Amino acid sequence: MSGNADIYHEMIVDYSRNPINYGEIENHDVTFHDSNPLCGDSIDIDMKIDQDKVTDIKFHGKGCAICMACSSVLTEITKGKTIDEARAIEKNDVLGELGLEHLQAVRIKCALLSLKVLKSALYTYIGKNLSETQDVDKLKEEADNLY
Amino acid sequence: MQSTKSLFENIRNDFPILKRIVRDNKQLVYLDNASTTQKPNQVIDAITDYYRNHNANIHRAVYALAEEATEAYEASRDKIANFINVKNRQEIIFVRGTTEAINLVAYAWGRPHINEGDIIVTTEYEHHSNIVPWQLLTQEKRAKLEYIGMDDNGELILDDLDKYLATGKVKLVTFSLMSNVLGTITNAEKIIEKCKAAGVPTLVDGAQAVPHMKVDLEKLGCDFFAFSGHKMLGPTGIGVLWVRKSVLETMSPFHGGGDMIREVHKYETTWNDLPYKFEAGTPNIADVVGLGAAIDYLTKIGMDNVREHEIELTKYAIEKLSAVKGLHIYGTQDISKRGGVISFNFADVHPHDVAQIVDGEGIAVRSGHHCAQVLMERLNVAATSRASFYIYNTKQDIDILVNSLNIVAKVFKL
Repeated sequence: MSGNADIYHEMIVDYSRNPINYGEIENHDVTFHDSNPLCGDSIDIDMKIDQDKVTDIKFHGKGCAICMACSSVLTEITKGKTIDEARAIEKNDVLGELGLEHLQAVRIKCALLSLKVLKSALYTYIGKNLSETQDVDKLKEEADNLY
Repeated sequence: MQSTKSLFENIRNDFPILKRIVRDNKQLVYLDNASTTQKPNQVIDAITDYYRNHNANIHRAVYALAEEATEAYEASRDKIANFINVKNRQEIIFVRGTTEAINLVAYAWGRPHINEGDIIVTTEYEHHSNIVPWQLLTQEKRAKLEYIGMDDNGELILDDLDKYLATGKVKLVTFSLMSNVLGTITNAEKIIEKCKAAGVPTLVDGAQAVPHMKVDLEKLGCDFFAFSGHKMLGPTGIGVLWVRKSVLETMSPFHGGGDMIREVHKYETTWNDLPYKFEAGTPNIADVVGLGAAIDYLTKIGMDNVREHEIELTKYAIEKLSAVKGLHIYGTQDISKRGGVISFNFADVHPHDVAQIVDGEGIAVRSGHHCAQVLMERLNVAATSRASFYIYNTKQDIDILVNSLNIVAKVFKL
């Protein structure tokens, strides 16, 4: 296979056809939706959070193969992590799993939309349960510097 | 006299960019012409020549260069008037593009004319530039925005228009002459006839039509008409708004500043004559000159030849693409009702993935919602892939596209 087809290896095609953790959680503790205004990709993430731990996570929405594969991988990585561990997930944790570290700039937003949604969901959850010691500005900065 | 065939064979030599090698040593195949077109040497040279030899500000200074620049700028206005058959050059206003043209109308005509309870009618297959300005205006004025629906064939349901007109509250009907997604050519004569009978003004978005077919405003009979230079071989950042003079005279200024005034006093100002009242500040002179050169180029080919060439390509593309298993083409199959724009989806493969894989073969097609999310909702898809043609495209370009779809099929195991 030549040219750009290389990035579409088996795993990505399989994940896009049969995404992992796809669906909704009825009694979620937090949910967040975001879309990519340039391409119309759209992702929702629902999470169950129990004693600071992400006990269940599901995503649904519409997106390209890259977006769907990365969302699958991200939800797999996140499940079972504490909120702080989940907040520390970086883009290369997701891209690395799929060999997409060198994805071109125009597609990186497809790959990282779900990470953005996850972080936003986490901030939403933290915000709702905010204690005085937590630094809202730092959270905002983290969210802004996601890409 | 050159035959049409050889005319189009030689055209490619005028476009240096078409010789580009992209990606993995692939010859560029440019099929995103509904988005923007490439520029021939004649346009590039006209802009360069303007900056090298004639650059000066227009309409004021008396020296030689200023006179040359003014002449070149105003000559383009005359070329445009001829090209779209407008008798009065005062009705032609230079703007940045179709988007600015429509916003100008929404602001300078809409604000003084639209009141609470009024209705503005647009269509389901509009570009965002013919939806959002009207949302802003109707929200501000507590007016209503309504949509002419689209049938499954990609054509407008004109009964919807009758229904809205019957309310007596419609103050403007606005629609594109050709859909940028489906290529549907709107039955503009019929819509305008109905609106005229109801005494309702019409705005026509000609961004997709003017580059591809003969447009005659005298015959069309609308009140506002907008198009962009960069979709018709011209530079980016320049477009045209035409407004019927009787309507133009009822409009407030858009931008205040130099060139649009007659006299400025401390607390009051009188306006310059038309069209200068609507061209505040130093305009985009070089690109107006460039647009003039693009019009010369298209005029030389002849718009009927352009349309004929694209009909042939579109027919060929529909035939070849329809033969690809799992590929769905949106819109009408009736070639007389569509321009050289083909939106499609390929099985369950997302358009971005299609675009990425064919890009590896050097092919530029667009994927996404094409700034027409209302239409995407109507079609019940998130996005489509879109191939759109122009004068320099060939049947070979379409063959290369179809072949590259085989790679998509292989990757996604279709």
